[in-house]
Amino acid sequence: MFSTLMVRVGEVLLPGDEFSCETDDTISLTDHVKPEKVVCGPGLRRSGDRLVVCKSGVLRHKQPNVFWIDSQQRRYVPAKGETVIGIVTTKSGDIFKVDFGGSEQASLSYLAFEGATKRNRPNVQVGDLVFAQFIIANKDMEPELVCIDSSGRANGMGVFGGGGLLFRVSLGLVRRLLSPHSEIRSDLDQLFTCELVVGMNGRLWVRSSSVQQTLIIANLLQSCDTMTAPQRRELFRRVKQGAL
Amino acid sequence: MANDSVKLSKNLLRMKFMQRGLDAETKKQLEEDEKRIISDEHWYLDLPELKTKENLIIEERSFVPCEDLNYGRMSFKGFNPEVEKLMALLNPKEEEENEEEEEMSRMQTDITDEEMALRYESLVGSMKKKFVKKRDRAALEEDLNQNVEETNTKRVFLKPQD
Repeated sequence: MFSTLMVRVGEVLLPGDEFSCETDDTISLTDHVKPEKVVCGPGLRRSGDRLVVCKSGVLRHKQPNVFWIDSQQRRYVPAKGETVIGIVTTKSGDIFKVDFGGSEQASLSYLAFEGATKRNRPNVQVGDLVFAQFIIANKDMEPELVCIDSSGRANGMGVFGGGGLLFRVSLGLVRRLLSPHSEIRSDLDQLFTCELVVGMNGRLWVRSSSVQQTLIIANLLQSCDTMTAPQRRELFRRVKQGAL
Repeated sequence: MANDSVKLSKNLLRMKFMQRGLDAETKKQLEEDEKRIISDEHWYLDLPELKTKENLIIEERSFVPCEDLNYGRMSFKGFNPEVEKLMALLNPKEEEENEEEEEMSRMQTDITDEEMALRYESLVGSMKKKFVKKRDRAALEEDLNQNVEETNTKRVFLKPQD
């Protein structure tokens, strides 16, 4: 399994492609053969003892044994532990309903905020933006969000927004922004003083010292989706010189 | 009639207060009976042995652990100091790890060797005592306390008397 996956790394795979878990024909007499585990990320699905591709894209690999499909999409499917930007749509008793751009609205308990108790309710209004992470996200149940980590700290999650601008980009751009050695981020770092909240659901929120700068950054990031790296660098350089 | 009174029922003999008067043979027999009853009453399902096949494929639905994605809030050029603090906290970098290691080594040498030596100066005697054998320890204490003990007698195991 591991070797068959390794061969295909970097190739484009389509939904329906399969990897079966057959053992090698020749068994080494000297080496101790131990079963190799494989972690399959998004785009790969386990079906019995086979691995089925369920998204089209490029197969990627990370040491030691992680494989996933790198694909471009705009539709967000919640995954446990991911942080998203949501919009509070209804307040009903103990829970808030939050729209995060998925197929269903997520629920957010009023106790899932830092420092919230039964007596001390958080001040959340309909229409507020929340930065929250999923603790329940599967295909059979209603997704649930929380604004605290496992130790009860907010760590930057919770209600935010005020003087900023929210817009949508593709999920691939979000991942490019958040990747450890992101070029877009380093380009952006040289531009203006600004603040960015990035949700894995493709929502971005920007705030800068003036409305003009906020709008410029929002437009830049939205156009980053369809630009090559040299084009982007050129555009950023022109903006820095004040041409736009 | 007399014969009947001698023979007590098995259940009665199994009772705790009857155990004292029993002779070895009946005791043994009773124990065996009891064992047989227990093994007879212990039942099990006649099923093929359940084998849990080791799962070689682990599913992960999120991109975050795969691509080592950073934390979703960022601030540039010190726009929001709070977020910059969080970024430093939640996006660990290699340089920071090195710094931490340095700090650790500094912490380990918090007490210098000289301080350590000074502290242990007074403890030399007791430390020495710790490392000598038990038998020699008496000799060591002898010259301190001047109480002579007969240490030369060879100790042998004495069989206890019944």
